[in-house]
Amino acid sequence: MADFWKITFDLLNGFQTTFLIWALTLVFALPLGLVISFGSMSKFTPLRYLVKTFVWIIRGIPLMLQIFIIFYVPGFIFGAPVASRFTSAIIAFTINYACYFSEIYRGGIESISRSQYEAGQVLGMTKPQVFFRVILLQVIKRITAPMSNEVITLVKDTALVRVIMVVEIIKVAEDIATTGLIWPLFYTGLYYLMFVGMLTLLFGYIERRLDYFKA
Amino acid sequence: MAILEVQNVGKWFGSTEVLRDISFVLEKGETLAVIGSSGSGKTTLLRGLNFLERLDTGRIILRGETLFDAARNQDDEQSLREKRLHFGLVFQSFNLFPQYTALENIVLARELAARKLQSYKKNKKSVLDEIRREGMELLDQMGLSAKRDYYPHQLSGGQQQRVAIARALALKPDILCFDEPTSALDPELTGEVLNVIRGLSEKNTTMIIVTHEMPFARQVADTVLFMDGGLVVEYGSPQDVLENPLNDRTKRFLERYANE
Repeated sequence: MADFWKITFDLLNGFQTTFLIWALTLVFALPLGLVISFGSMSKFTPLRYLVKTFVWIIRGIPLMLQIFIIFYVPGFIFGAPVASRFTSAIIAFTINYACYFSEIYRGGIESISRSQYEAGQVLGMTKPQVFFRVILLQVIKRITAPMSNEVITLVKDTALVRVIMVVEIIKVAEDIATTGLIWPLFYTGLYYLMFVGMLTLLFGYIERRLDYFKA
Repeated sequence: MAILEVQNVGKWFGSTEVLRDISFVLEKGETLAVIGSSGSGKTTLLRGLNFLERLDTGRIILRGETLFDAARNQDDEQSLREKRLHFGLVFQSFNLFPQYTALENIVLARELAARKLQSYKKNKKSVLDEIRREGMELLDQMGLSAKRDYYPHQLSGGQQQRVAIARALALKPDILCFDEPTSALDPELTGEVLNVIRGLSEKNTTMIIVTHEMPFARQVADTVLFMDGGLVVEYGSPQDVLENPLNDRTKRFLERYANE
């Protein structure tokens, strides 16, 4: 029984890293995705193609490979490796998820009728005012469901960081498994389930909060 | 002096000429009805006046001052925005902001504009209170005070369009434009919107109304302009244009409506 509590606590420690990667990735990737989506909708054709090519590459190769690249390549080429394993992981996840988010944002933004922009324009509103006061909330309402998918997928993708030896919950459990104790590995699933359960409730709440209008 | 002079306005979409050499004059307090079949350029004309489309030729003169001249360079965002404020536009499909209540739709743009005022910095609350009070007055005028806190999707089409009219009026435009304001409405709802516009006309609001409602045009318009193929075919008093048209195209158009 003492074992059980100790392992529960060790796994919780591992899950802290999982949570931190998840949270930091969101903090950086949510706004970066918006910048990328503006780039992919730019009227300046070279920029638009540049951004679209970048998104194609990032979505086209495995996240695991991107983690390796961010961790090893700067060291090979510039002789200046990224400061830490953890930082490399955050950079790789941020870039990867920002690209996925950018496509969701783009879909949401482009789905808003041009007449909403024009209605704001004829009322003398500035372009940023139209975007932030009129368009944005309608976009948020429309992308809540696809975003919840990505945010939940991210929770589980964090397990990939073990490839550059960042120790998150599954790595902790695996290390325990090498001592002959296998059940903690399966026990980790419960942590994910609990956390994703909370996220599901949160997204349900957001959807209900935005239910007051139709768009 | 006429409040609005439109001189030789033209517009191309690619290789298609949608407006050619449109000229008319509007006196303060008058109502101009623009009629014509779909595709005749009526909506493009309104969009040009509201600076949603850049006209390729011609000039727009407001109270003797050149507001737009196609020969000049394009205005920057800021001056474009100021110029737009001389005109109000009520859309065919209302285009209310779905996440705001009726009252919020009406006051939003004014609240945002008020932030630049000196008095706003000093006394934010009284400025906002005044804007809301005026917004409520407009809702009242539209017969919608009870719907103040309703969201657009909770209102009928006719109610939504009336909120849209109040929203345009809130900015006190010199000229209020309507782009087929009843075309998206069920027939039984057009009356309430037309009544509101009729009321505005009686209060000498300067208006340009693109419409398919011929009896209504006859009733409220001081001048009627019939467009076909991007051209002004006939322009004059409602009696002249609608009852004694000179041009064959006008006659054929009106007959089609009379037969409907």
